[in-house]
Amino acid sequence: MLTQALVLSALLFALGTFGVLVRRNAIIMFLCIELQLNAVNLALVVFSRVAGIDGQVFVFFVMTVAAAEAAVGLAIIISIFRHYETVNVNSFNLLKW
Amino acid sequence: MLSMGIFSLPLAQEAAEAAAHAEAAGHFEPFLPGLIVLLPLLGFLVNGVLALVHGRRSADAVRRGEELDLDTGGRPSTHTLPTWVGPGVLLGSFLLVVANFLRMRGVELHEAVVVNYWTWMDTGAFRVEAALQLDQLSMIMMLVVTGVGFLIHVFSVGYMKDDPGYPRYFAYLNLFVFFMLVLVTGASFPVMFVGWEGVGLCSYLLIGFWFGDREKSDAGKKAFIVNRIGDFGFLIALFLIFVQMGTLDFVEVMGRAPDELVYGGALVTAVTLFLLLGAAGKSAQIPLYVWLPDAMAGPTPVSALIHAATMVTAGVYMVARSSVLFALSPVGSVTVAGIGVATALFAATIALAQYDIKKVLAYSTVSQLGYMFLGVGVGAYAAGVFHLMTHAFFKALLFLGSGAVIHSMHHALHHTHSHDDPQDMRNMGGLKKFMPLTAFTMWVATLAIAGIWPFAGFFSKDEIIWYAGAAATGPFASFYTVFWVLALAAAMLTAFYMTRMMVMTFHGSNRTGDEEAKHLHEAPLTMTVPLSVLAFLSVFGGWINVPEAIRNSFLGGFGALPMSEWLHDWLDPVTHTATAIREEALVAGGFLDGEHHYHGYLEHAPFGGGELTWALASTLAALVVVLVAVSVVRRWQIEPAAKAGEPQSGLKKVLYNKWYVDELYDLIIVRPVLRTSRFLWRIVDSVIIDGLVNLSGGLAKFAGFVVSLFQTGSVNTYAFILTVGVLLILWTVGF
Amino acid sequence: MSLLLESMSYGSWVLHALIWLPLVGMGVVLALPEERAKTVAFWWSLVVFVLSLGLWWSFDPESGALQMASSVTWIEAWGVHYALGLDGISLFMVLLTTFTTPLAILGSFNYIQKKERAFYALMLLLEMGVVGVFLATDLFLFYVFFELTLVPMYFIVGIWGGERRIYAAVKFFLYTALGSLLMLVAILYIYARAKAQLGFPSFAYMDLLRVPLTLQEQLWLFSAFALAFSIKVPLFPLHTWLPDAHVEAPTPGSVVLAAVLLKMGTYGFLRFLLPLFPGAAQHPTVVTVMLVLGVAGIIYAAWVAAVQPDAKKLVAYTSVAHMGFVVIGIFALTVNGVQGGLVVMISHGISTGALFLLLGMLYERRHTRLIEDFGGLARVAPWLATAFVITALASIGLPGTSGFVGEFLALLGTFESRPLMAIVASTGVIFAAYYMLPMVQKVFFNQLEKDENREVKDLDRRELTILTPMLALMIILGVFPTPVLERMEPSVRAVLERVEAASPDRGLAAEAPVVRDAEPVEITLPAVQAAAPDSRLASASDTEDTDHGNAQGGLPAADQD
Repeated sequence: MLTQALVLSALLFALGTFGVLVRRNAIIMFLCIELQLNAVNLALVVFSRVAGIDGQVFVFFVMTVAAAEAAVGLAIIISIFRHYETVNVNSFNLLKW
Repeated sequence: MLSMGIFSLPLAQEAAEAAAHAEAAGHFEPFLPGLIVLLPLLGFLVNGVLALVHGRRSADAVRRGEELDLDTGGRPSTHTLPTWVGPGVLLGSFLLVVANFLRMRGVELHEAVVVNYWTWMDTGAFRVEAALQLDQLSMIMMLVVTGVGFLIHVFSVGYMKDDPGYPRYFAYLNLFVFFMLVLVTGASFPVMFVGWEGVGLCSYLLIGFWFGDREKSDAGKKAFIVNRIGDFGFLIALFLIFVQMGTLDFVEVMGRAPDELVYGGALVTAVTLFLLLGAAGKSAQIPLYVWLPDAMAGPTPVSALIHAATMVTAGVYMVARSSVLFALSPVGSVTVAGIGVATALFAATIALAQYDIKKVLAYSTVSQLGYMFLGVGVGAYAAGVFHLMTHAFFKALLFLGSGAVIHSMHHALHHTHSHDDPQDMRNMGGLKKFMPLTAFTMWVATLAIAGIWPFAGFFSKDEIIWYAGAAATGPFASFYTVFWVLALAAAMLTAFYMTRMMVMTFHGSNRTGDEEAKHLHEAPLTMTVPLSVLAFLSVFGGWINVPEAIRNSFLGGFGALPMSEWLHDWLDPVTHTATAIREEALVAGGFLDGEHHYHGYLEHAPFGGGELTWALASTLAALVVVLVAVSVVRRWQIEPAAKAGEPQSGLKKVLYNKWYVDELYDLIIVRPVLRTSRFLWRIVDSVIIDGLVNLSGGLAKFAGFVVSLFQTGSVNTYAFILTVGVLLILWTVGF
Repeated sequence: MSLLLESMSYGSWVLHALIWLPLVGMGVVLALPEERAKTVAFWWSLVVFVLSLGLWWSFDPESGALQMASSVTWIEAWGVHYALGLDGISLFMVLLTTFTTPLAILGSFNYIQKKERAFYALMLLLEMGVVGVFLATDLFLFYVFFELTLVPMYFIVGIWGGERRIYAAVKFFLYTALGSLLMLVAILYIYARAKAQLGFPSFAYMDLLRVPLTLQEQLWLFSAFALAFSIKVPLFPLHTWLPDAHVEAPTPGSVVLAAVLLKMGTYGFLRFLLPLFPGAAQHPTVVTVMLVLGVAGIIYAAWVAAVQPDAKKLVAYTSVAHMGFVVIGIFALTVNGVQGGLVVMISHGISTGALFLLLGMLYERRHTRLIEDFGGLARVAPWLATAFVITALASIGLPGTSGFVGEFLALLGTFESRPLMAIVASTGVIFAAYYMLPMVQKVFFNQLEKDENREVKDLDRRELTILTPMLALMIILGVFPTPVLERMEPSVRAVLERVEAASPDRGLAAEAPVVRDAEPVEITLPAVQAAAPDSRLASASDTEDTDHGNAQGGLPAADQD
């Protein structure tokens, strides 16, 4: 049970990572990041079964932060879209030296 | 003495002893010695302020594009006051010097009187007082400086009164006299050095007095820099003396040197050679003489005062002042004499072919300074100073006379708007008719410098030549014999080039042109009076030091000349230590038997004949040369300078171009230094040193650039690298 | 005079006032409207100067110890103190700073046209920093002030400078900062050794003096310190930041840079380098290296100066030559040499400062610094020419001016220990004429050819006010330097005796501290007063403000360990 759940979590995480790395659409990347977070959440819940309640408490933190992040992140993406009229991250290189 | 000491208090005893000593030796109480030096300084300050105010006024005129008009606008007080202040302070100083001189004559003074004013430098390890030293030598120098200086100041009033820079001129001149007095009265080497560099400064300012002229300010600069080469030697000599003896006061150094320094030792030789370098710079000796002929760019009275009568003799004074050190070093002495005689001959040859009247006199000065060096080099310190003094009279006279001529020529050419050179003798001729007094006084001086009996130069120059011959015993005897011959040859040359100058200037047909000739006139009274006084001194000035042998012969009117060897005796307290050292060395070396005194070995002249014989021979020879020169030069066909151009060939060309020494120096010193400077700046400093600095900055920048390549700004790249990094860490940590 | 000062207990507060008053002034200037900034800044700095004048009288010339010393614990855990003190070496540096600042401010009235408030505020900050450097007797505090001076100077060059001001400012900042960072490492090293040896942490100068160091350590630490100070001096071949900084800096910046900032380097040599590492300082190789670099600087800079087309750059190079005299004077390790070096420092501060002011005046009139653009100015501006010639002569060391006294003593002192070096260095007097006179000639003499030059105005009243005290000091110091020399002498001797004590035949000072401490202390060390703090006591009592009395130089007794 423990192993299966962790494997699922790892798969989800890998999927999220893969998505972040290969996709160019900012919204998809954003969703992939959410996927990674939730993979971590799953792992935390699983671990809390053996290591105590802390993991579950932590999941709430992550979810709260994820919600805040979603709000801010989406707002940024929208304002970028207004400016560039695209959400392709390859065209955002303002931070380049 | 001892028993008395027991009974009396130590202090009282000391005082009594001092009193007794003073009574026996006579007590010399200096009369306001500080004021002698201070008066010219005050004059400088007053004239300096006037000059600054005056300068503002003429600056306004210059800004409007004109010159300050002295003729129509009336002369402002800033222009008229210096006439009184300038010569006035000099007269005051001169009178004070005379008063002190009379006091000093009244007593028998064996030791210098040192007047301390304040402590100049005191580091705990080294101490110099700002102090004046009054002794026989400085007294003679002060008399010459203030006396001749006063006459030249008076002459300047006539010569310079129409110059817009008149107050500035007198400010500089007063400042010069101040520094010159510091030089000759300073009680220690450093104080002397203050005067030494100070007169160099004034010389720089006065040579470049008409600074608007590029050549003139170049000449001033050259003088200063060449002098500084000499000053470098002076400084090193000072350091050597201090390190060895721990003091730089004249009294102490000269008093202790015979005991503390090894006769002929390397140290004292080094000291004297470095001192000689200093002296050669100031007194225009080979190899540093090149600045003096250029220095003629200054106003003519300046040439008379600084570059003939006073400043350039500072080197001679310095050698005489340090006579003890030079006596301790036979090598140093022979070098001084050798440099002196070489300069005397070398400069005389150049003077033969010059056409500029002042250039002739300049080289003549260099040559005569060579004689003085020969004198002090052969140990005839009194004779050297003697020639210094008589030279001050007749050379000042010659320069002032030439000034009067140039002044007159300048006015004449100015009236006709001619651009001929007023200093070129080829443009003169027959001036005797227009300026009889100038011609007469200058002839007196010419006979004096040529060494014709009974003029002043005869006695002084003859004494030097005689001593040179007489020194040809003991170490370096053969050198001295050669020097003696060369000195005689130079004396003949002197007679020739001086006569040539006089004839070309005053005799023969007039070459100024008829229109100009109408404006030629005798100089005004302010100029002729100093000429006359100097002419008087050029005749009688030599009579204060007539050698015994000559005095008692017909040349001395069988004892009719008033004083005999007065200067020699007068300077004896200053020079006797050095003379004694030389004598002792000769006795120790077996060149002289102990019975004889200094004068004794004079009879040992290696070429036979006594002092009288040689004196007679040399004056006759000089006379013959003068007469021959008169008849030869009169027959020359001289063309005005504009037509004649420069000599084109042969020895004449080489001499006219001064043996190309300036060109040589330019080639081997000036240009390489400049080129090296440029190389150091453009290559070493800008490229190598600063290049390394900028390179280190550049490297940092480059490193930054390389690292910055990783910052693509693309989120994907960052995310990818992040992931790879995390995996790498996991791999190293976990697996 | 001294009685009056006594009654105000002048000695107890003046050092603090000299540091903090300029800072207060900076605040005041910033709070004022733009157009009043310069007058207020000038008067403020003048008040500081007048205040500092009292030091002349209240300073005890007999003593070589640190006077008016005080110490307050600043950061207890690290043993950092706010410790100040004054001796014969720092006295004149402080006076030079307070003297120069008002003149530099007055000299910038016309030159500085933008952001005046900020400029004058920075000038006052600079004054604070420099005075702090000269007064600090805690190495940490010294370092803070040393770095603090960089900031205002960086902005002064970078904002009000010429065309390449950014390049010059960055070069100046990075170059000097690099050196001082190495010094910081060295300071921390001594600190660590001190903590181990003394048993308590301390940056206090007096404590660090007692830290024994092996010769090997001394040489390394010496190198780090020497690098920092040599860049500041600047010593050949670390000098290339100076001409750039000078050329680009505005006039007042150049004045302060030449007059006092460079002196921080040579002051550092005397205050820290020699006493802290006496073994290294008199190591023959070290001495030879420093002397050779000093001599090379004298000659090299003179030659390079002589061919500069830019008058300001020329004067900048002459600074390198002059500072070469200071360095050889110091490393001659003789009383004459060090005192000569100190006088050169003062004299150079005045004469080169004046030269920069004069060049600034010329620049304001003609908006050029190229020598060939001038010519014949003496005819239209005789007063300016006179002032310039006098200053130039003082700069090349004509007897009767301050330059001569310094150079003569420095060379004499060097000759006493290394004659050959002194002889080579003495050729500097020739080359001084070689670089200075042609420049004077080309600017002020020769034909008045260019019409622009005809319009040049002579000095006005403000400029005369600036120049007169400087010219007067050049002459006074040249004729009557004894009062200055005698105040320096005890402190100089104290430094030299400490170096002497470390000579190999007596064993390294550091290796036998107990023996030395037992000796009559005033001779052994540049010592504090009797009441002066052993810093451990000071940290215990927290705010011990010692009296300015200077009864006797005392060393913290050895038995306290």
